[in-house]
Amino acid sequence: MSAPQSLSLALRDSSTMVRRNLLHARRYPSLTLNLLLTPVMLLLLFVYVFGDVMSAGLGGGGRSAYVAYLVPGLLLMTVGSTAIGTAVSVSMDMTEGIVARFRTMAVHRGSVLVGHVVGSVLKAVLSVVVVGLVAVAIGFRSTDATALEWLAAFGLLVLFATALTWIAVGMGLGAPNAEAASNNATPLILLPLLSSAFVPVDGMPEWFRPVAEYQPFTPAIETLRGLLLGSEIGNDGWLAVAWCVALVVLGYVWSTASFARDPK
Amino acid sequence: MTGSAIAAHGLRKAYGDKVVLDGVDLAVEEGTVFSLLGPNGAGKTTVVKILSTLVGADAGDLRVGGHDLAADPQAVRAAIGVTGQFSAVDGLITGEENMLLMADLHHLPRREGRRVAAELLERFDLADAAKKPASTYSGGMKRRLDIAMTLVGDPRIIFLDEPTTGLDPRSRHTMWGIIRELVDGGVTVFLTTQYLEEADQLAHRIAVLHDGRIAAEGTAEELKRIVPGGHVRLRFTDPAGYRSAAAVLTGAAPDDAALTLSLPSGGSQRELRAVLDLLDSAGVEADELTVHTPDLDDVFFALTEGAGTEGAGVPAPSSAPSKETVR
Repeated sequence: MSAPQSLSLALRDSSTMVRRNLLHARRYPSLTLNLLLTPVMLLLLFVYVFGDVMSAGLGGGGRSAYVAYLVPGLLLMTVGSTAIGTAVSVSMDMTEGIVARFRTMAVHRGSVLVGHVVGSVLKAVLSVVVVGLVAVAIGFRSTDATALEWLAAFGLLVLFATALTWIAVGMGLGAPNAEAASNNATPLILLPLLSSAFVPVDGMPEWFRPVAEYQPFTPAIETLRGLLLGSEIGNDGWLAVAWCVALVVLGYVWSTASFARDPK
Repeated sequence: MTGSAIAAHGLRKAYGDKVVLDGVDLAVEEGTVFSLLGPNGAGKTTVVKILSTLVGADAGDLRVGGHDLAADPQAVRAAIGVTGQFSAVDGLITGEENMLLMADLHHLPRREGRRVAAELLERFDLADAAKKPASTYSGGMKRRLDIAMTLVGDPRIIFLDEPTTGLDPRSRHTMWGIIRELVDGGVTVFLTTQYLEEADQLAHRIAVLHDGRIAAEGTAEELKRIVPGGHVRLRFTDPAGYRSAAAVLTGAAPDDAALTLSLPSGGSQRELRAVLDLLDSAGVEADELTVHTPDLDDVFFALTEGAGTEGAGVPAPSSAPSKETVR
């Protein structure tokens, strides 16, 4: 088979698998929606319950200033939350006979995984939009972001979602069952709690700062903050992109190797 | 090797140090039904998984549909259809969506895909349930949907791994009808089953897998000839009568504990009369007379039970819960 032919086969099968994945999401929206609960709850909790104390800790500015500080982190946390759903649904899917059927068909080998990844990234973007709307409803406003910065912010969210999704697919494939997949993926929603999402890294105890600094969420959050709110981005932009690319490569290699192995 | 839809030579597979297949040879002619029999855990499913490209073999020269399994698995995949032991349907979407998914993956144009899906759903009596999620289907319906999905790409070689396990008798007969139709259409069917009757009914050739090897292979008739023929079994309640009968029926295998005599017999009227005449002449009457004709069960037990039945002359009737007719 020639290269363009095999590419068109790959695209066609992948788009079929994406359609299947989105059909699942449309039929069973509760799984996707449940995953939105955590970020939305945290957003409301930190703004309306802890908001005054938190903003005082940040040096004043009141509740609205804390909304602005909090939202970029929660948008990325939403991405992490969606990725947990991906790990669970990949793990569940692999136990279904239908995937064994796909393996015995002349379908492009990677299309099953690509279907999961593209479907999940679309779900993540949709979830981010929902959480973003809640944020706007409670008073979040981007200050002086140009169209280009909005585009870059969107691009960062998609890239970050792609990175976490590939990792989540690997976690889902490596898990013996859905519970284990969910456990494997828990760090994806715990890491934002240990990042600069809720409080600045400077405000953390000295010994803890490296944990917050040397993980993917903090640079991504700082970059998003810079793009939407005009704060200093510095090296965080490159760091965020580097983290994402590294995670995509790692997740892709891990996932495709797991999927290529003979099923049990 | 012309005419062979499936050919395997020296197929080996081990999981860890457990050898599952230890040099399996088989050949399936185009347009025939080949049935692989074997006890649970004999490796039937492993054979199907390997031949359908799901898992790799450790060794063996394997060709399916004229393509080498190791060198060109995608070409093999394009030629085959597989219905595994466990339903390979997507439970989250409807029966119709499952069919359209298959049509898309076989790259059928949209309209043709819709037509094929509708036709097959109709043919397998699923048209009414087409809009319901497959997870709500009964076992028989899932199995029918499974086969219907397998047929979307019009495969010339179909693997059916225990297609009727867990089905009620009516669904089983429906499935047999489907398999016969497929073969009439020139399709090659590789069938594994636990039901010997199923193999007897459907298969042109049957192989018995035991201890990782093919213990016997042939038509149902040939296999039945492997085990010694049928026998007549006489049961007595009176030890004296039993002894007198044993004295006249010299060819019989006696079982002193159970007070039964087994003697080889084709079960024909003439042979039976001869036995009865001998009993009459001795003035004894058996309390029960059963005629046993060999069937695939006997072959199966004889081949897979090992030492117990060897050299006994007749398969030990007590250990074989096989079909007997009381006359």
